[in-house]
Amino acid sequence: MEVKNEREFIARRIARELKDGDVVNLGIGLPTRVANYIPEGVNVILQSENGFVGLGSEPKEGEINKDIVNAGGQPVTIKKGAAFFDSAASFGIIRGGHVDVTVLGALEVDQKGNLANFMVPGKMVPGMGGAMDLVSGAKKVIIATTHTDKGAPKILKKCKLPLTAVGKVSCIVTELAFIEVTPRGLVLQEIAPGVTLEDILRGTEADLTISDNLKIMSV
Amino acid sequence: MNKLKDIDEAIGYIKDGMVVMIGGFMGVGTPEIFIDAILEKGIKDLTIIANDTGLPHRGIGKLVVNKRVKKVIASHIGLNPETGRQMNNQELIVELVPQGTLAEQIRCGGSGIGGFLTETGVGTIVEEGKRKIAVNKTEYLLELPLKADVALIRGSVVDKQGNVFYNASTRNFNPLIAAAADLVLVAAEKIVEVGELDPNQVMTPGIFVDYIVGGEK
Repeated sequence: MEVKNEREFIARRIARELKDGDVVNLGIGLPTRVANYIPEGVNVILQSENGFVGLGSEPKEGEINKDIVNAGGQPVTIKKGAAFFDSAASFGIIRGGHVDVTVLGALEVDQKGNLANFMVPGKMVPGMGGAMDLVSGAKKVIIATTHTDKGAPKILKKCKLPLTAVGKVSCIVTELAFIEVTPRGLVLQEIAPGVTLEDILRGTEADLTISDNLKIMSV
Repeated sequence: MNKLKDIDEAIGYIKDGMVVMIGGFMGVGTPEIFIDAILEKGIKDLTIIANDTGLPHRGIGKLVVNKRVKKVIASHIGLNPETGRQMNNQELIVELVPQGTLAEQIRCGGSGIGGFLTETGVGTIVEEGKRKIAVNKTEYLLELPLKADVALIRGSVVDKQGNVFYNASTRNFNPLIAAAADLVLVAAEKIVEVGELDPNQVMTPGIFVDYIVGGEK
């Protein structure tokens, strides 16, 4: 299989984490692309925090319904069996533990499982939207991110930016590695094909334990 | 009573400085005819409570761009760069609230609930100035209800009694704010006679709605 770029590689690897029947919320941007690579035979129910489950693909031309958009305001379709609800019910689903997996991007993530992804003070303050509720409430929180920001590590000992949530991240998937967050810290579980341990350590500020069962990432 | 009003009469109830809740999510489900009427009438110094501040040319964004807003309470302002610009220049007060917390604060406001406990925001800047309460060893923030002078909602189908059906993802914050304001105005995409809307399809009962204005696109 040909993987076009690192973002596709990350999305493909995360798609393999999803299980049949999971209720999943995908953040806007890179996480949204996970939906394109869900393995055959795995049916997940995508939740959109603006008020529905059963999110489908992008509409084809002539298929756009102005009343159906995703949480980024983009036109989308719904699948058969979808259901709409209001924002209070939507976040009841999220905080109530009814979302099995959420996939979100990161500005910074650290070895305690803390995440910062909603603001850079004085520079970029778009607001947290639904991210804080998703990270607090979803059973599993997967971070989809490039390993570094143009060489500057994003996986840190301690986040410096304002936090989205404390200690809620389950795992981090980058173009270089699959890293699990455990009570003892970060464990490197998989490395991407052609990548060396040195590459990963150079791009990571956080302490990494290397799994006894280290594998090559497969997408 | 006749709840049907023309836009001029309905918008006459909104005064400078009021707290106004507005439905919609990135402009979808936002009553544009009320936004346009506020602009036309010159109403200003509003405090807006809404999920987001729309886009510069759409929904609540137009109120921000035209400097009618004094304060915004919202979960997201990223799609309207003008909100961020005014905030950074201290021309506009912006209070950012997690989306689920905002929805629940409004739900509480409309439901006679004095507040609620949520884990969302614990350990973040959201907890600043709030009471923390531990229940069974889990730490929560106490979040308080939100209410408004006016709610501006958008209905896909509205009967003349004010019963509202919202199509698809236009529902979002609309039914929540409809319960949380002293005065509720609905902009209707389609108005039908009483009895034409199936009671099973009613998402906001007409008892919450004061006035109905047609002409929403």
